[in-house]
Amino acid sequence: MTNILTATDNILQITLMISFIGIALSLALLLYRVITGPTQPERAVALDAIGINLMGLAGLMSIYLVTTKLNDVILLIGILAFLSTLAIAKYLEKGVIIDRDVD
Amino acid sequence: MIFAVLIPLLIACFIPALSKLKEKLHTGIFVFFIPFLIFLYFVSFIGNDFTPIREQYSWIPSLGINFDLYLDGLSLLFVLLISGIGSLVVLYSIYYLSKSERLGHFYVYLLMFMSAMLGVVLSDNIFVLYTFWELTSISSFLLIGYWHFKERSRYGALKSMLITVFGGLSMLGGFILLYVVTGTTSIQQMIGQVDLILNSTYLPLILGFILLGAFTKSAQFPFHIWLPDAMEAPTPVSAYLHSATMVKAGLFLVARFSPIFSGYEGFFIVVSVFGIVTLCWGAYMSVRQTDLKAILAFSTISQLGMIMAMLGFGTKAAVFAAVFHILNHATFKGSLFMVAGIVDHETGTRDIRKLGGLATLMPITATLAIFGTFSMAGVPFPFLNGYYSKELFFGSTLGLGSDFWSQAIPYLAVLGSIFTFVYSMYLFFGTFTGKKQFDQLPKKPHEAPIGMLISPMILVVGVVIFGLFPNIVNASFLQHAATAINSTVVYKEITFWHGFITPFKMSLAVVGFGTVLFLTRKKWQPVYQVLPGKVSFNHVYDAIVNKIGNVANRITNYYMTGSLKTYMSLILGTTLIVSLLFMYLTNGFAFNTDQLAEVSFIEVAVVLIMIVAAIATIYMNHNVAAILVVGVVGFGVAILFVIYRAPDIALTQLVIETITVALFLLCFYHLPKLRKSTDSAKTKIMNATISIGFGALVTLVAISAHSSRWFESIADYFVENSKKLGGGDNIVNVILVDFRGLDTLFEISVLGIAALAIVGLIKYRKNKEAE
Repeated sequence: MTNILTATDNILQITLMISFIGIALSLALLLYRVITGPTQPERAVALDAIGINLMGLAGLMSIYLVTTKLNDVILLIGILAFLSTLAIAKYLEKGVIIDRDVD
Repeated sequence: MIFAVLIPLLIACFIPALSKLKEKLHTGIFVFFIPFLIFLYFVSFIGNDFTPIREQYSWIPSLGINFDLYLDGLSLLFVLLISGIGSLVVLYSIYYLSKSERLGHFYVYLLMFMSAMLGVVLSDNIFVLYTFWELTSISSFLLIGYWHFKERSRYGALKSMLITVFGGLSMLGGFILLYVVTGTTSIQQMIGQVDLILNSTYLPLILGFILLGAFTKSAQFPFHIWLPDAMEAPTPVSAYLHSATMVKAGLFLVARFSPIFSGYEGFFIVVSVFGIVTLCWGAYMSVRQTDLKAILAFSTISQLGMIMAMLGFGTKAAVFAAVFHILNHATFKGSLFMVAGIVDHETGTRDIRKLGGLATLMPITATLAIFGTFSMAGVPFPFLNGYYSKELFFGSTLGLGSDFWSQAIPYLAVLGSIFTFVYSMYLFFGTFTGKKQFDQLPKKPHEAPIGMLISPMILVVGVVIFGLFPNIVNASFLQHAATAINSTVVYKEITFWHGFITPFKMSLAVVGFGTVLFLTRKKWQPVYQVLPGKVSFNHVYDAIVNKIGNVANRITNYYMTGSLKTYMSLILGTTLIVSLLFMYLTNGFAFNTDQLAEVSFIEVAVVLIMIVAAIATIYMNHNVAAILVVGVVGFGVAILFVIYRAPDIALTQLVIETITVALFLLCFYHLPKLRKSTDSAKTKIMNATISIGFGALVTLVAISAHSSRWFESIADYFVENSKKLGGGDNIVNVILVDFRGLDTLFEISVLGIAALAIVGLIKYRKNKEAE
């Protein structure tokens, strides 16, 4: 019983560690995908997923460091990962990312 | 005295305005009065009771560079030569140069030269002396290149400039060493500290440097090569600069510094040996020439060698003979150059092979020439001053010492003088007697206008007066000049006949052998195919000048390839080697593990991912792939900032990362496709070595810097006072806008400038079609 109690005391730490390991593994696998490709869209999607993983990582860090100062970072990663993925997608689709006025 | 030095320069400023009047009045007429008045002014100093005069004017007192003028006997001799022959040359040039020439230029250069030369001989301050010395080089350069449309003129001007400025610079080195040793810039004060200089370890260097200056200026072997090429100058210039004044500046320098170096044996040996060799070589080469002025140029070289040798002997008799010969040489050589100029002017050629039999057509010129050439040859007639100085020279070569070389000197002197005799006779008889071949001449020869004859006539009168009355100026003038060089000199009466003694026998030998050699000249002329043959110091000079250009070109082309890749590897490689060497020598590698923090699992994981991504970037073949892989590194940096508790920087990093990706994508359209590297394996290994080495260097520096912390960080101050003084909780932002706001201001300016530059680059293109 005491074992379980001491385990529950540390449950947050243990969960954090498991999550860190999971995210690290996920990052490593995504890195493999970014490097090997073989096509550009696959790389782009992998980079986007890395961004999302980083959001998670930043969230875990703020729990680990017991701070709220990193919440801005999390939100910003969300926006920027979206934007850059969009830009890449548009580039891959059309060759440009800002259309010129045609009139 | 200072006015005498500076007035020519001052007048030179007005010459361009005066030369506008040249249609009415030859510019030279205005110029003539300047040297003449200077001459009259200095003549008034001559006298038995002459004592040195000193004048001082401040110029740069803090550096000890002052306008110190010192007029002693030696300076007086040179000043009178410069101003006296200067007046005669200006007079001659009035008739020699027609009004269609650029007279303004000519007289400006000539006055500049005159001023510089007066400055050289009157300066007591070594640095002022050097200043005027270089001014003579520059004005001589301008005068030699006066007819700059001729290729030979430009070549000669450049050559004389390079050689004399080379010597001048080394002389400056000698002067600086002298200044370092003695602590004074005044020559007279240096003479007072002779012991200090003689005991200095720099003595050989000082002597070498100063003599190099003197030898190049006075055209001593092997630096004589510029003088024959300087004959491309107008004849008045050759007569003035390259026989009477500038080439004697080196002699003046040696004479001026004789009291300092006379305690040092090497000085005498070097100066005598160079002088004797120059005497013989110049006389020998002179016989070979076919151009009147070239003969005179080599003759000048030879005579300068003779005077240099006498200064080198340094005995009482030799010093007096040297001073006497400086005066005599100026008279007869000046007149001979003017005669050569007249012949050139009236016949249109200076080639002695085309000339001949001019005596009947140009009797006055021929008479002038006969005095000049016979005096130069040292023929024993009682009305030629050249004979007296030659005999004094022979006298001074005797009894120098009992070793082999001292014994050999009289023989070498006679040998040189025999050739002097031969070319002198050749010069006269080749031009004025013999076969008449007037049809070959470009102009129909006739006697020169009287104005042109005045100057050489005055000089020849000088030759005869010094010949008839050799003692006329001894006590009042030459004696003072000689004592300035060697204070123990007391002049002896010079007489034409003082018994059947060795110097007289030597003169007779010269005349005898000389006559034989002159008459059989055609027979032994082929000897020149053997001795100088193809060997020439001109080739050495040309090779050096060309080689320097070629080698410098090759060196520059070797590393200035125009390839940024090469420059980058050069910069990084050099930084790498120099920094590593420096750290190694100063023992800068410090490894201290005291202050290291613990490493957590997640940091390791993120850094590993970044390393893999960074290495993978190099191998990406598509530019979008490359930018995406680099993006991983960028994200990694951002998350490292998060881990190290720097949210503001993480935010900025993320935004910049994204914008960079977008910018890359924007311009990918215009960028070339990534290609497989085509570098050779050697280059690849080289690049890899440099990049790995540089990375290692930066790592080493970072570790060393972290390990050797010398002072406490000031971070605590910011932590304490951010709220109290800055009124904000966010320390980073308080530092950026409050504590260190100035940095931020200029970072903003940088961004503004970058934005404007981008707008400028895109909008204001000259070549709109290039889009």
